[in-house]
Amino acid sequence: MQKRITIDPITRLEGHGKIEIFLDDAGDVKNAFFQIPELRGFEKFAEGRLVEEMPRITPKICGVCPTAHHMASGKCVDAVYGVEPPPAAKKIRELVNSAFMTEDHALHFFFLGGPDFVVGPTAPKAERNILGVLGKVGLEVGTQVIQMRKRLRNIITTIGGKVIHPVCNIPGGVSRGPTKEERDEFLKVGKDAVEFGLFSLEVFNDVVLGNKDYVDLIVGDIYKHKTYYMGLVDENNKVNLFDGKIRVVDPEGKEFAKFPVSDYLNHIAEHVEPWSYIKFPYLKKVGWKGFVDGKDSGVYRVSPLARLNAADGMATPLAQEQYEKMFETLGGKPAHNTLAWHWARLIEMLYAAERLVELASDDEILSDEIRRIPNNTPDEGMGVVEAPRGTLIHHYKTDKRGRVEKCNLIVATLGNSAAMCMSVEKAARGLIKGGRVDDGILNMVEMAFRAYDPCMACATHSLLNTPLIDVVLRRPDGEEIMRLFREDNGNIRKIEK
Amino acid sequence: MAKPKVAFYWNASCGGCEEAVVDLAEDILKVVEAVDIIFWPVALDFKRSDIEAMDDGEIAVSFINGAIRTEEQEEMVKLLRRKSGLVVAFGSCAHIGGIPGLANFWNRDTIFERAYKEVPSVENPEGIFPRTETQLGNESLTLPEFHNTVRTLGQVIDVDYYLPGCAPPPESIMDAVTAILEGKLPEKGTVLAPDKSLCDTCPRTESKPEKISIKEIKRPHEITPDPEKCFLEEGIICLGPATRSGCGERCINANMPCRGCFGPITGVGDHGARSLSFIASILGLEDEKKMTEEDVQGLIDKIADPAGLFYMYSLPSSLLKRRKMV
Ligand code: SF4
Ligand code: SF4
Repeated sequence: MQKRITIDPITRLEGHGKIEIFLDDAGDVKNAFFQIPELRGFEKFAEGRLVEEMPRITPKICGVCPTAHHMASGKCVDAVYGVEPPPAAKKIRELVNSAFMTEDHALHFFFLGGPDFVVGPTAPKAERNILGVLGKVGLEVGTQVIQMRKRLRNIITTIGGKVIHPVCNIPGGVSRGPTKEERDEFLKVGKDAVEFGLFSLEVFNDVVLGNKDYVDLIVGDIYKHKTYYMGLVDENNKVNLFDGKIRVVDPEGKEFAKFPVSDYLNHIAEHVEPWSYIKFPYLKKVGWKGFVDGKDSGVYRVSPLARLNAADGMATPLAQEQYEKMFETLGGKPAHNTLAWHWARLIEMLYAAERLVELASDDEILSDEIRRIPNNTPDEGMGVVEAPRGTLIHHYKTDKRGRVEKCNLIVATLGNSAAMCMSVEKAARGLIKGGRVDDGILNMVEMAFRAYDPCMACATHSLLNTPLIDVVLRRPDGEEIMRLFREDNGNIRKIEK
Repeated sequence: MAKPKVAFYWNASCGGCEEAVVDLAEDILKVVEAVDIIFWPVALDFKRSDIEAMDDGEIAVSFINGAIRTEEQEEMVKLLRRKSGLVVAFGSCAHIGGIPGLANFWNRDTIFERAYKEVPSVENPEGIFPRTETQLGNESLTLPEFHNTVRTLGQVIDVDYYLPGCAPPPESIMDAVTAILEGKLPEKGTVLAPDKSLCDTCPRTESKPEKISIKEIKRPHEITPDPEKCFLEEGIICLGPATRSGCGERCINANMPCRGCFGPITGVGDHGARSLSFIASILGLEDEKKMTEEDVQGLIDKIADPAGLFYMYSLPSSLLKRRKMV
């Protein structure tokens, strides 16, 4: 009685996504596959392009985090030309990136993954969406979220021209800096964002941590994987979302590696599977052992909790307080709990807002010196930033005229691809027994998946209440046995054939 | 009266066009009031059966973004075409091919070779490439076929209107939606943006002299451009003259030249060719007599990647459509 379950959420990770779960004869989960049925081939068509256009071309990899690509690419073209941007330019870039991180994380908490917690995983399904969140925290807060996000995104528009696909980064700096008035506005937005970050953590504290069931779920085994963790750190090993060295800790939390991006090929490798258009990155020195966790497997995780695990703390005071509290509650570092990603995301959001204030308060960003004209012959370079969804690396090699000859990208959104597969499989394993699938699996499996932050399209989904996930249970001959999906009112409908 | 049914669907795209809709912020609620959204960007292909069950033309309007690259995308847009009264190509990729259209300089094999084998981070000694079907025991996993060539939406199905931009700005999305809801529809095939060139609306147009004399072509990082001056005047290639306005001069405001995401102005089929000929025609115009063919060639040579630059967003919709591969 072998069965197959297809989950076709098409969440905006980097294109479309699909999960296939296979059951064994007893009806228990045998394995799960996270498939990406799409490829666009940036690494190839970058060849021949003018390298300074790369910061404008590569954001189109992902319209959800174009700012992150724009930043990684900007740093990469600096390196290709061997030019160090003036301090003001670096600060302006980080400021834009901080605004981006803050709005993106806020969005996830309130619109995407948050509803599971704020409203509760066992709450009536019709409430488990943004409207439910508003019911819990008040409509006013909802308006505040929309407003906050709009103001933060305006910062990106001001400097970057377009919030979806900014254009300001050039080799050697930025094309535009803020005026004094703009800077004042940034500072205001930043201060409000800090308040907003604290408020969000309060919501999390009251609603999630105040409820034993939720806490049990977070620390429970279904959502746990002992893996390596990766993230950028500063010289004090504090989390840095914009710059620094890439640090990796092992499943016990011991530093496994720390390297500049220029050394990434010694540490990161990618595995190819015939059933997906995406690649699966892993730690080269540990090796690819398949979709398993533990110290012997090269599978690593990226993005919020991974970054907090990989560092020794936060560089801003309010975020540091929260950092300590989180690890204390979770029973120390590293924390392997996939659902704690939501918590870590809020701490990072607070950090990014604090950084935004620091940078907007710095008079240097008003300097006229925001670009340096490169005068070296372009050659080869790498650039790294932390995107909301993980460590993002761009690597270009050019000819003497600055035309790209080779391009390689380690895309953040895929950093968790192996882990995501494992998490879904584990959740499914814990929930599907003897071939029995009920409404619960739908949301619990979705939760394993959502913790890693599926992108924007899901937000719109939640807002409008359209179905996110469809589960089809099939016999080996492909015949459909049962289908589960979410109706417009949020209820789960089950159709048995 | 039943609200009109509206669908959103995406193909080879980045998600930016969905973000653009979300950036309507509060306005989105107005849209939701007025129409019945039966699909969102998370339009799920399993719901395909539901669409199949609909009457032809039952969907009032489908907004479709992204270029067409796979089998699955092609089938889906054909289905949506049948079921929709109107189809709007949403964003640069659906309109003119967009950045993913640059892949037409290559083909499937070269793209696979690069992505799965050649890049320095991949460890793939057995040379495994993704396949449309993978057998695992007696189960199989499938992937949609990846085409050799990226096509615009209009090359695959009949399109009624085009909403340009990468991504389209919120104002123009709202204008288009309002026009459709109010039935104030322009002629079929219209691009829903002003029929002017970007230069006509650019704040720097004042300093754009009648005749531009480019003595030397510069790349954007090679000089610090005067934020008041026309880019062309400073020798930086700007696609403004051949590009349709309506974007809000977003790149210009960030002190960067236009790269043409809004596509060509009315009457111009080949955006890149028009841009190139425009640049060629103004090159050294003032010193026309002194410029020899060779001089002009020399200037053009300074543009190290003319094809990539002039066709940055529009390769699939150009006359050539793609590079010939042997
Ligand atoms: S060429 Fe560019 S900078 Fe000059 S007027 Fe036209 S759009 Fe503006
Ligand atoms: S200036 Fe050109 S590239 Fe920039 S948004 Fe407008 S049309 Fe697109």
